[in-house]
Amino acid sequence: MFNRTVEERDGMTDQLSRVFAALADPTRRDMVARLTDGDATVGDLAAPYAVSIQAVSKHLKVLEEAGLVTRSRDAQRRPVHLEAEVFDLMTTWIERYRQRAEERYQRLDAVLARMNDDTTETELPQEGTAS
Amino acid sequence: MSTAGSTTGSTATRYDEAAIEADPTVPMIHIWRDFAGTPEQLFRAHTDPELFARWIGPEGMGATILEWDATNNGKWRYAGGDRFDQQQFFRGSFHTVSPEKIVQTFTWEGMPDAVALETVTFEDLGDGRTRLHAQSLCDSFEDRDMWLRESGMEIGVQQGYAALDRMLADGSL
Repeated sequence: MFNRTVEERDGMTDQLSRVFAALADPTRRDMVARLTDGDATVGDLAAPYAVSIQAVSKHLKVLEEAGLVTRSRDAQRRPVHLEAEVFDLMTTWIERYRQRAEERYQRLDAVLARMNDDTTETELPQEGTAS
Repeated sequence: MSTAGSTTGSTATRYDEAAIEADPTVPMIHIWRDFAGTPEQLFRAHTDPELFARWIGPEGMGATILEWDATNNGKWRYAGGDRFDQQQFFRGSFHTVSPEKIVQTFTWEGMPDAVALETVTFEDLGDGRTRLHAQSLCDSFEDRDMWLRESGMEIGVQQGYAALDRMLADGSL
């Protein structure tokens, strides 16, 4: 049971790494941005760039492997579709990281509050540090 | 992520809670947070080892400072217990220590070759509040994403323990 959970988690982390790597490229980020407006064909996506259809197809393959986009099998145009829920996964990781930073800074709030108190006292009782 | 990504700090934006941005073009993490305190107090909380140990974590334990020389070219090393009560060691160099800016390196000793370059600035907002901006430049996207994932896992495990507590309490174990 525990092992399966670990495997599922590793699966998620691998996907996240692919998502970050896929989005590290400015052309691919631009393509993703255009797909937020709706599905598009490879030809549509290639149009604004001075690159070949093959080069765009390569970028699409990276996005596809990251799970960011899918292409329908049936339609002849095979439009590219953005999988928005993958962004939710990434947002979840970043939000958890943010929460940890916030917890740390709330402890810093307490330290600062005590500093303000200390300015009114000359001597403060020293606590032993955690060992 | 709705942060403006401003490094100069727009005073129109308030960061009462930590805001974070994972840069898509370089392996960097930004954090912004406003504090009720002066830049001088924040500087002390980052450079006085006794004060630093009180907030850096982990929750309820505090860190154990092993080496600390908060001056230009100084070094630091501390230990903190992780979720499995294992001691984890972190170390680095203080590159520049000045009242409004601290530049230092950061390494987790479990992966000593992966070094992050961290810059912390304290900006006086003029109303008794100070804006902290921390940026951490990791040496690869893989390393940066590991930090993002690791913290996610930690919370996942904490939630796991909370679920276990409930199961113990309601007799299902």
